[in-house]
Amino acid sequence: MMRRLALFAVPLLLGGCNLVVLNPAGDVAQRQGDLVLMATGLMLLIILPVMALTVLFAWRYRAANREARYEPEWSHSTGLELVIWAAPLIIIICLGALTWAGTHLLDPYRALSRIAPDRPVAASTRPLEVQVVALDWKWLFILPEQGVASVNELAAPVDRPIRFRITSTAVMNSFFIPALAGQIYAMPGMETTLHGVINRAGEYEGFSANYSGAGFSGMRFRFHGLDGNGFEGWVAQLRQAGEGLDRQRFLALQRPSQNEPIRHFSAVDPDLFSAIVNACVEPGRMCRHDMMSIDARGGLGVAGIDSVRRIGSDGAATGRTTAMVSSICTIPSFPEARPMPPPVAQARLTGAGLRPPGLDGSQPLAVTQLPPGPES
Amino acid sequence: MTTPSDVSPILGKLTLAALPLDQPILVVTFIVVAILGAMLLGAITWFRQWGYLWREWLTSVDHKKIGIMYLILGTIMLLRGFADAIMMRLQQAMAFNGSEGYLPPHHYDQIFTAHGVIMIFFVGMPFVTGFMNYVVPLQIGARDVAFPFLNNFSFWMTVGGVILVMMSLFVGEFAKTGWLAYPPLSGLTYSPDVGVDYWIWALQIAGVGTTLSGINLLVTIIKMRAPGMSLMKMPIFTWTALCTNVLIVATFPVLTAVLALQGLDRYLGMNFFTSDLGGNAMMYVNLIWIWGHPEVYILILPLFGVFSEVTSTFSGKRLFGYTSMVYATVVITILSYLVWLHHFFTMGSGASVNSFFGITTMVISIPTGAKLFNWLFTMYRGRIRFELPMMWTIAFMLTFVVGGMTGVLLAVPPADFVLHNSLFLVAHFHNVIIGGVLFGSFAAINFWFPKAFGFRLDPFWGKVSFWCWVPGFWLAFMPLYILGLMGITRRMRVFDDPSLQIFFVIAGFGVAVIACGIAAMLIQFGVSILRRDRLRDTTGDPWAGRTLEWSTSSPPPEYNFAFTPVAHDLDAWYDMKQRGHERPAAGFRTIQMPRNTGAGIVLAAFSTICGFALIWHIWWLAAGSFLAVLVTAIAHTFDYDRTFRIPAETIADTEAQRARALAAAE
Amino acid sequence: MTTDTATTAGLPPRFYDLEEHDHPEGSSTMLGFWIYLMSDCLIFAILFACFAVLGGNYAAGPSPRDVFELPLVALNTAMLLFSSITYGFSMLAMRAGRPGLTRVWLAVTAAFGLAFLTIELHEFTHMISIGATPQRSAFLSAFFTLVGTHGLHVTFGVIWIVTMIVQVGRHGLIAANQRRLMCLSLFWHFLDIIWIGVFTFVYLMGMLR
Repeated sequence: MMRRLALFAVPLLLGGCNLVVLNPAGDVAQRQGDLVLMATGLMLLIILPVMALTVLFAWRYRAANREARYEPEWSHSTGLELVIWAAPLIIIICLGALTWAGTHLLDPYRALSRIAPDRPVAASTRPLEVQVVALDWKWLFILPEQGVASVNELAAPVDRPIRFRITSTAVMNSFFIPALAGQIYAMPGMETTLHGVINRAGEYEGFSANYSGAGFSGMRFRFHGLDGNGFEGWVAQLRQAGEGLDRQRFLALQRPSQNEPIRHFSAVDPDLFSAIVNACVEPGRMCRHDMMSIDARGGLGVAGIDSVRRIGSDGAATGRTTAMVSSICTIPSFPEARPMPPPVAQARLTGAGLRPPGLDGSQPLAVTQLPPGPES
Repeated sequence: MTTPSDVSPILGKLTLAALPLDQPILVVTFIVVAILGAMLLGAITWFRQWGYLWREWLTSVDHKKIGIMYLILGTIMLLRGFADAIMMRLQQAMAFNGSEGYLPPHHYDQIFTAHGVIMIFFVGMPFVTGFMNYVVPLQIGARDVAFPFLNNFSFWMTVGGVILVMMSLFVGEFAKTGWLAYPPLSGLTYSPDVGVDYWIWALQIAGVGTTLSGINLLVTIIKMRAPGMSLMKMPIFTWTALCTNVLIVATFPVLTAVLALQGLDRYLGMNFFTSDLGGNAMMYVNLIWIWGHPEVYILILPLFGVFSEVTSTFSGKRLFGYTSMVYATVVITILSYLVWLHHFFTMGSGASVNSFFGITTMVISIPTGAKLFNWLFTMYRGRIRFELPMMWTIAFMLTFVVGGMTGVLLAVPPADFVLHNSLFLVAHFHNVIIGGVLFGSFAAINFWFPKAFGFRLDPFWGKVSFWCWVPGFWLAFMPLYILGLMGITRRMRVFDDPSLQIFFVIAGFGVAVIACGIAAMLIQFGVSILRRDRLRDTTGDPWAGRTLEWSTSSPPPEYNFAFTPVAHDLDAWYDMKQRGHERPAAGFRTIQMPRNTGAGIVLAAFSTICGFALIWHIWWLAAGSFLAVLVTAIAHTFDYDRTFRIPAETIADTEAQRARALAAAE
Repeated sequence: MTTDTATTAGLPPRFYDLEEHDHPEGSSTMLGFWIYLMSDCLIFAILFACFAVLGGNYAAGPSPRDVFELPLVALNTAMLLFSSITYGFSMLAMRAGRPGLTRVWLAVTAAFGLAFLTIELHEFTHMISIGATPQRSAFLSAFFTLVGTHGLHVTFGVIWIVTMIVQVGRHGLIAANQRRLMCLSLFWHFLDIIWIGVFTFVYLMGMLR
C-alpha cells in the first residue's frame, strides 16, 4: 500500500527535478543516458511479467482459495524449464550486443566522430585539449593551447570536441561533469583520457565522484559551456590574472586545502602537466618515465640503492612525506607531446566493424603508461 | 595526530588523547554503552550465571549454540550499523543551504566506512554463517560439524573482529577511507592515524575465522551427510551453503593476503600500493575486488537457499526445477569470479576489457533469473500459507528484481560511467543486500526460530516489523535512485543545491520507518519469549516441513538425532511422513560427542589483544600475545581426550519424553 | 517399529540407521587439511601474482642480478629437498610402526629445515646490509614478502615437527599422532612445492629478466 503511494509520488517529484544523467547537455552523456533507458526498457520486458506473475500466483494460490488447483508433487516440466532459461538468455544476448557496441562507441579514449546526431566532426577539427589535475581537494585545469590555467573553474566552447588528459597528485579521484560525459578516474602517476562535447551553452556542475578524504565534499567546480566569443572572453579574463603557474607555485597549490575559491593563472609552464604525471615536479626528483626506462634496462644496480630521499610531499603542515628517487640528470626531459588522435572514420559504426582504439598505435589502449623517454 | 616520535615503548601510540573526550556524541554513546554493559554484567553476576554461560555457551562446541551466538552477534551489530545509517541520513538531510550539518568530516567519514564494514562483515557474515552453522548439520542428518573445536574458534575470531571495530569507537578512531580502503588514501602518507590499522586487524582476525569456518562446513557437507543423501538429494539450502563455503575458502585467503600486503605497506614502509618506488595502487583495487565480488555471492547464495526452502514449504509443494536450481547455484558460484572488474570500469581499461566484464556480469543474471522463475513456479499450483517467512519471500521477490535490474544496468560500461559511485549505485546495492540478504535473514529467523527454541515468534509483531521494513526500504532508497540520476555522488557530507534536500528528507523518513521495523522486531523477540507457552510447538515440525531438521524435536537434543536418519528422497522428512515412518522407541546406543573446550575463546582473546597491540604499536604486547597464541595452540594439541559419551539411558529418557510430547500434541 | 533391514521389494524402507557405530574420530581431518592447504596456496598465488606485476619495478635501484646469489639459493633448495626426503623416511618408519626411528627422521627433517631458514636469514641480512631493503622498491617488497612468507611457513613447520617429536615420544604412534604426522607431511611437501615455484619464478627467471 505504502509502496504504491511511493510509486505514485515518484513522477510528481520527478517533474520538479533535473535528471541530468538522462537529460544532459553533451552528446556523449546523452548517448550514455539513452543507453541507460534502452537497457532499462529491455530488462523491463522480463521484470514486469515476473513481478506481475509473483503477485498473481501469490494471490491465486493462497491457501484460502480452495478452487485453485493443488499439485503438491508437480515439480518438473522440461518445456517450462527451457523457457525460463531461454527468456533471460535472449534478453541478455540483446543487452550484450548493445553493451559491446555501446562500450566501444562510447569508449572515453575514442576521439569523437560526431558532436551531435547527424553532425559529424570535420577531419580538420582540432579538439580542445584540457589537462586536468586532481589535487587535495580542488581541480586544476590547464589549457595548453591557450597557455592558461584555472582552479575549480573550466569553460569550453559549445560544439567543439574536448579532449581531457587526466591525472592526480595525491589520491584517487574521479573526474565527472554529468552534463558533459561519463566519469573517469584520476590517479596519481597515471594518465587517463576522456572525450566529450558540450552542445548547449550554460553553467554546469563538475566534481570528484570518488571519495578522496576530508575535503571531498568541497571538491567541486563550475563548468561553463560558452559560445565561441564567450570562450575567447573567458580565456582573455584568465590571461589578465597576472599570476603565472610555474613549478614552485604548483608545489604551493598542491598543499591540501578545502573549499578552494576559483583562481586563474595567466601563463603555465608547458612541461608542468608531464611533470605532474611523471611525479617529478619537485626539483631533483627522478621522473617516472625515466625510472621506467632505467628499470627496463635492469635498474641502477647496488649503486642506485642510496638515491632515495624522503621529502614532504605537500608542505610540512600535514607531516606527509613521500619517498623520492633523485634524478640522475639535471634537466628532466619529456617525450614529445603525443599527436592528437585523428577522429575515427565517419562510416557508420557497427559492432563488427569496431576497431579498438590503440590498434593503430596512435592512441593508448588503457591507462597510459608513458613510453620510455629519451636516453638521459 | 601522533607522529612516530611520540611512540612510547610501553603504550605505543596510545595516549589519553586517543580518547575522543571532545566529541559529545561519542561520550554519550560511551556512557550509554558502559551503563548497559555494566547492567548486563551485573545481572549475570547477580544471578550467578557466569559458570552456566562459560560451560554451556562460551566454550560450547555444539553447532546449534554457536549458530545462535552468531545470530545474536549479527543482531547486535545490525543495531550498531543501523545507528551509523541514521547518523548519515541525518547529516545529509541537514547539510544544505550553507549548513555544515552536525558531523565534521573527521567523524562523518568514519561513520560511512564503519557502516559498510559492519554491515558486510559483522552483520551479513554472522547471519549467513549462523544459519549455515545451525541448519546444515541438521539438514544432512549429522550430529555436529566436522571440526567442532574449530567452529568455536572461528566464532570467537569473528567476535574478536567485532571487539576491535567497537573499540575504535571509543579508543582512537576508525578508518576514514570508505569500506574497501583504497590506497593511496589508505596508505600511511594520507591516513597516518590508527583508523586504517583498526580496519586491517579487525578484518584480518575475523577473516581467519571465516576461512576456517568455511573449511569446516565444506568438509561437513562433503563427508557427513546421512546415508542415502547423494549430492542431488541434498536439500537446496545445503547446496547453497556448499557453494558459499567453496566461495569462502577460495576468496577469503585473497582478502587475507591483500590485507597483509596493505599492512606491510603501512607497518614496514614497503611499496606494494604506494605511488612511489614502483608500487601499483591499481593492483590493490583488482585484488580486493577479486575477493569482494564473490563476497557478495557468499552473502546472497545461502539466502537464495532459504527462499527455496521457504517457498517450497509454505506452498506445500516440491521445489520446482530442483536440478536447474542446483546448476544455477553452481554457475553463479563460478561466474562470480569473472566479474570483479565491473566495480571499476571507470579506471580506464580498454573497451574490450570493459565489455567482457560487463557481459559476464549480465550472464550471471541468467541463472539468477532462472532461480526466480523456479520460485515462481513452485508457488504455481501450490497452496500458499502466508506465514511470516513466506511474506518476507514475496517481498524479496518483488524487491530483488528491481535491484537485479539496476545491477545489470550498472554492468553496461557506458551506463556505469554516468552512474558509478552515485547514489544510484548506493540504492542498487542496498536494494539487493537489504532486499536479498536482510529480508532472507528475517525469513530464516522466523522460519527456524521454532526449531531452535521450541516456540514460534509472535506473528503480530512480526507483521508490524514487516510492514515497516518493506515500505520503509522503498521510501529510503527510491529517492537515492532519483538522486543518482540527478548526478549526485555518494559519501558527500554537504550539498550546495537546496532543491535536493527534499529527497534526503524523504530518505531520512524512510530510515525512520525502518527503525520502527527494527524496534518491532526486537519487541517481537521479547513478546515471543514472554508468551512462549502460548506459542509453544511440541511437534518439532510447526510448518509441515520437508527436510530432516524438522524430523527431530524443537529444540533438538544435544546429539540432534538418536538414530541417524536415512534419506530416500530430496525432501527426506516429507518422504518419511508420506510413507508412514515410525520413530524407533528402543535399541538406543551410546553416542560419542565432542567435549566443550575453552581453547577457542582463549586463542581468539589473545589474537584480539595482539591485533590491538599492533594497531597501537605496542610491540611488547604484540609479541607477548602472539607467543601466547602459539603456546595455547600447542598446549591444546596435547589434549587428546576430546570426546565424551552420552549414555544410552540418557538418550532413551530424552526420546521417551519426546514421544510423550508428540502423543500429547496429537 | 521400523525395520532395520535394507530396503527390499515389499518391505517398508529403512528410515533410520539402527546399527550405527561411532564414526572414527578425525575421519575428515585429511580432507579438511587438504582444503586448508589449497586456501593457503591461494595466498601464495596472490604473492606470486604481485611478484609477477611488481617484479620489474626496481625504482632505479638493484635488480635480481645485483642481489641474488644463485649458489646460495641452490644450497638452500637442496636443504629443503633433502628435508622432504627425510620426512618421507620418517613416514616409512611410522608405517613400519617404529616410533623411535620416526622421531629420529623427524629430528633430521627439522635440522634441514633449520639449515634452510639459517641460509635464508643470511641472504636477507646480507641484502638488508647493503641497503637492498624491502622498502627500497616494489620489486624488493614483493621479493621479501613472497620468500619471507614461505620462510614463515617453514618456521611454523619446524615448530610443528618439534611438537610431534614430543607427542610421539609421549604417546607413541597412536591413531591421532599418525593422522597429525600425515597432515604435517602434506604441509611439509606443500612448502617444498611452493619453494620450487619460488626458485623457478623468483630466482631463476629473475636472473634471466
